[in-house]
Amino acid sequence: MTNTWQDIKNANLVIVMGGNAAEAHPCGFKWVIEAKIENGAKLVVVDPRFTRTASVADYYAPIRPGTDIAFLSGVIRYLLEQDAIQHQYVRAYTNASLVVKEGFAFENGLFSGYNEETHSYDRSSWDYELDEQGFAKSDDSWQHPRCVINLLRQHVSRYTPETVSRICGTPQDKFLHICGLIAATAAPDKAMTSLFALGWTQHSVGSQNIRTMAMIQLLLGNIGVAGGGMNALRGHSNIQGLTDVGLLSNLMPGYLNLPLDKETSLDEYMKTKQYKPLRPGQTSYWQNYRKFVVSLQKAIYGDAATQDNNWAYDWLPKLDVPMYDIIRAFEMMNNGQLTGYICQGFNPLQAFPDRGKIRRGLSKLKFLVTMDPLDTETSRFWQDFGPQNPARSAEIQTEVFQLPTTCFAEENGSLVNSARWLQWHWKAAEAPGEAMSDIWIMSGIFHRLRELYRKEGGAFPDPILNLTWKYTDPVEPDPEELAREMNGRALADLTDPATGAVLTKAGTLLDGFAQLRDDGTTASGCWIFSGSFTEKGNQMARRDATDPREQGIAPNWAWAWPANRRILYNRASADQDGKAWNPAKPIIEWNGSRWEGIDVPDYGPTVKPSDGVGPFIMNAEGMGRLFARDLMADGPFPEHYEPLESPVENVLHPKVRSNPVARVFASDRAAFGTPQHYPYVATTYRLTEHFHFWTKHALINAILQPEEFVEIGEVLAKEKGIEQGGWVKVSSKRGEVVCKAYVTKRIKPLLVDGKPTHVIGVPLHWGFTGQARKGYGANTLTPSVGDANTQTPEFKAFLVNVEKTGAPAA
Amino acid sequence: MSDLQSQDYVRRSASTLTPPSVRSHEDEVAKLIDVSRCIGCKACQSACMEWNDLRPEVGHFEGSYENPADLGPSVWTLMKFAEHENEQGNLEWLIRKDGCMHCEDPGCLKACPAPGAIVQYANGIVDFISDKCIGCGYCVKGCPFNIPRISKQDHKSYKCTLCSDRVSVGLEPACVKACPTGAIMFGSKTDMKHQAAERIEDLKSRGFDQAGLYDPPEVGGTHVMYVLHHADKPSLYSGLPDKPRISPVVGAWKGFIKPLAVAGIALAAVGAFFHWITAGPNEVTEEDEAEGERVLREADAHEPEKSP
Amino acid sequence: MALTRREFIKVTGLGLAASSLGMLGFGAAGVAQAAAVRPFKLTHATETRNTCTYCSVACGILIYSMGDRAKNARSNIIHIEGDPDHPVNRGTLCPKGTALLDVVHAPTRLKAPRYRPPGGTEFKEVSWDFALDRIAKLMKEDRDKHFIARNAAGTTVNRWTSTGMLAASASSNETAYLTWKVARSLGMVVFDNQARV
Repeated sequence: MTNTWQDIKNANLVIVMGGNAAEAHPCGFKWVIEAKIENGAKLVVVDPRFTRTASVADYYAPIRPGTDIAFLSGVIRYLLEQDAIQHQYVRAYTNASLVVKEGFAFENGLFSGYNEETHSYDRSSWDYELDEQGFAKSDDSWQHPRCVINLLRQHVSRYTPETVSRICGTPQDKFLHICGLIAATAAPDKAMTSLFALGWTQHSVGSQNIRTMAMIQLLLGNIGVAGGGMNALRGHSNIQGLTDVGLLSNLMPGYLNLPLDKETSLDEYMKTKQYKPLRPGQTSYWQNYRKFVVSLQKAIYGDAATQDNNWAYDWLPKLDVPMYDIIRAFEMMNNGQLTGYICQGFNPLQAFPDRGKIRRGLSKLKFLVTMDPLDTETSRFWQDFGPQNPARSAEIQTEVFQLPTTCFAEENGSLVNSARWLQWHWKAAEAPGEAMSDIWIMSGIFHRLRELYRKEGGAFPDPILNLTWKYTDPVEPDPEELAREMNGRALADLTDPATGAVLTKAGTLLDGFAQLRDDGTTASGCWIFSGSFTEKGNQMARRDATDPREQGIAPNWAWAWPANRRILYNRASADQDGKAWNPAKPIIEWNGSRWEGIDVPDYGPTVKPSDGVGPFIMNAEGMGRLFARDLMADGPFPEHYEPLESPVENVLHPKVRSNPVARVFASDRAAFGTPQHYPYVATTYRLTEHFHFWTKHALINAILQPEEFVEIGEVLAKEKGIEQGGWVKVSSKRGEVVCKAYVTKRIKPLLVDGKPTHVIGVPLHWGFTGQARKGYGANTLTPSVGDANTQTPEFKAFLVNVEKTGAPAA
Repeated sequence: MSDLQSQDYVRRSASTLTPPSVRSHEDEVAKLIDVSRCIGCKACQSACMEWNDLRPEVGHFEGSYENPADLGPSVWTLMKFAEHENEQGNLEWLIRKDGCMHCEDPGCLKACPAPGAIVQYANGIVDFISDKCIGCGYCVKGCPFNIPRISKQDHKSYKCTLCSDRVSVGLEPACVKACPTGAIMFGSKTDMKHQAAERIEDLKSRGFDQAGLYDPPEVGGTHVMYVLHHADKPSLYSGLPDKPRISPVVGAWKGFIKPLAVAGIALAAVGAFFHWITAGPNEVTEEDEAEGERVLREADAHEPEKSP
Repeated sequence: MALTRREFIKVTGLGLAASSLGMLGFGAAGVAQAAAVRPFKLTHATETRNTCTYCSVACGILIYSMGDRAKNARSNIIHIEGDPDHPVNRGTLCPKGTALLDVVHAPTRLKAPRYRPPGGTEFKEVSWDFALDRIAKLMKEDRDKHFIARNAAGTTVNRWTSTGMLAASASSNETAYLTWKVARSLGMVVFDNQARV
């Protein structure tokens, strides 16, 4: 989220598309209700199903799964045609005026630079035209045919209301009504907030779904302002934190990239991370990258990371592929390339696409370790549970370890929420039986390995032997000590380069990342968390809910990264002179000598408005990007591509039907179904009564939603003779699920390219352990396809067939 | 379920004595359920089960989000879902939290033949005092909202207590506290009516011309009220009675039992100034028992009404 | 740092209702005389502040446990409800958060390490030492066998691709950081989390 949960109440328009906030985040959704009641806001829901969010919406429109880019590109076209954009904001704060270099093109569904063999783009033409000093050229008159705004206008010109309706199945009048509501928030003092979640990410075009809305928000001047922003409602309680701390295959803590093979030295690695400003005088904050990397290495390897060994750069593993994500991991498993796998609090047998493939993969491992408070399906993949998990135990040679862990109530620590708040929590009771904390278990495995390497030697033991482990209790380090290590401290007296005066004494906990250095005198395990645990104490444990002007900031409650900033890009909440666009809800304003307000400025606190520094300080041009340069794998502008499994052709460019650079392995491509055999569009989702595969272990939640079902519209049900609550078989090319049917008015056939298209809703919470009734799980049906940028699986749009069937034998 | 001090009672089943000391300082309470901001998440159901230590059986999917399938001795509140297509052809998903309405004029209490098994406190809460319940099932018959349910285990009647244990220490009921969107509010009935008026005004401005408050006068008003977008048609909300009324049968059998109850209590009253006694099942007539058993059978065989 | 400060933020209607809540129940006398009501179960419970383990709204919760944490008794969690001070949830919880008690005490909570040998049809309970010794041995065997110090071009790459790990999504940042340190020091690259699902 760029903004806070409570800030939603400042919106004039709330659009929930690509998510189902009322069901997935009920307590956050209260702020939508607040916006409606206290701010007179309207709520718009665009979703294939009439959800519980739609039940309280002012306006609802249906959409075919996987066509959001067409819808949103149509909105951009409408805004540009109607000139309903926040002109001053767009001109000053976005790259609309910058000129794109010659050679960039988009034709027949492909951007310039496509390589058919590798299914990837050479993105070198996706950039600005630079002047002699290396700055991007700009045309403030917007006359240049290759300036971004004109290229965008041209790109979206194809998305007329007719075309949008033809692709999405959304009736034109509904589409246009929503366009009108959105356009009204172009007024400088009006804001729309976008609430989304997996409904946008879980597509082969997931990142571009979000980007399209981000572009709309930039055009409307809704980024950085109260009640605006792009608000990704993250899923699990600490998935934001796990990502922040770099537990992704290509990341290090604080969104630093793990090095690639070709980056043979630290200097080589840093070459692609100079982030030289692309416009005069811009901040381009990533220029500090080296400080973050060196400080990380000092935290991880301590005294063993020195100037002489390039701060132990060689001890970092290097990547030969862009990432070893989960889809690749299971492909490798199926190919016999993985020996062991450790699942910590993760249940891939239910959570990842194509369950059959997951089960076959796990069966090929030599060993599997699960760490979990609950008895997960993954830990029992080898056991026969009937049709829901047909396994032949005797034939499966995998050694399985099921390790019991503590749960939230039994440990101290911090979690990061959607709004980037780090909140500390406290242990309430001991864990049951012999369950131990993940910290104890990971330490136990590590100590044993280190001991083995010390005694026996083995492959490259250096990083293992030199890993810092200076904890008071090395067997189970105290979370507070780990938090301090992430925050960072001075390793030597830090002096003012000009005067030589000592600014920070050696050993002192740092106040923030601005103090980090690249000469080995500071250590910080996660630079963006710097400031969370200072000499003043644990900032994450703060509990002062004071909220100036009741504007939804609560700046002293817990701590938010970066630098306790609650609203990202908040400099953009004020005009070029530093006055709030919306005088009723200012965030920061220029007072003549500095920026002040209710939030920490996302900007140099004393940088004058007249200096012309752009508000998007992390970007090299200082501007919000309507044209993404080379940062997206599938194009600098979003384009509508059909899901990998789709009932129709791509009406825009039949030859390029789906995302040409989506992540698909050859074996997975063979498991795609066709509309002839699988004529219906399926989409998976969560029910408000359950959380993933966890709450089926909780009796109350099992009572509230006891059993697997699918949702089918009345028209299709009638056609197929399916009765309310009757049994159906839902099948895809990859597997079948036998469950109950919920025949509903809430899903209606959509008219797509002239043909009625039926959507089937597949809730995903079921499995074969826990208190709820035994079920298969939606991932039995879903295809193993990844988004081109994030490898997020396409859970939201695929093809199935559905048939009436009898009750299974009990 | 609970038994507050007798001085808090204003009514008591099968009793003719006027409660000795109606606490005049008590404000009447009300729970206001604003259906227009309810998202049907069932947090109220979950909170009710958790707080009151109720765990009904894990059921089956039966063609609706309604789970469990019906109110029960361990299901004191239940979200009901109705898919309604309005005159414009647009879908409305009308979701209503069902449960005891805590009527000002409670049909259950009127029907109850067991002295003191059903009481009404000065603040309006209607509570079942389990140890005095004889399981006859008259309350089920007497209730115009079809709320109480008889347990097959102990043959006693159960329903929402409005969390009298929480309210007695100054806390809101569990469902009220949990409700993520503030669709359930709790306070004095006057305040809740005031609040409802504001909500109704907002709903009218959003095109719901018939928005209004459900506080049916047929039962003297209720201590659980609804804000409805379609107050002209309460029955759209999974059969909320348009005009709830206490079955005339209740009047009939109450007329018959009354003299007996008065006789019993008059005898006892000599030595009991404001301690009421339990009259006990022996004061229930055979006719009453037969009727009670019939109701009980009906309750056991009760098939839940399903919304589409 | 003011740890106990409570600043009430306006939430629709709350001011109205909250002002009168104390007078409603049964009055001061009622509290004293309410012995016959179902006893209020939290009277002697210990309250601990925590965060809901499910979604990333990160609602503040209050965990109530029996037991005062004295040495000779073990606490037991009896009830969980929303933290009214929390600026986002303001005491509310969803149907999952409200039922957290049932996941803490789920019959399927794991209580001892279990092991399933190759071809086995059942889990058997094992000691922690057995499990961790065996896991470390298997990891080292594989790492020593498959570790890639240099790629085909002779570049130092120091990666281990044949054992992978999925990290948790509800564990703390501190757990995550320690896990990252361990995994990366081993050179592990098949390493991911639940961000996508």
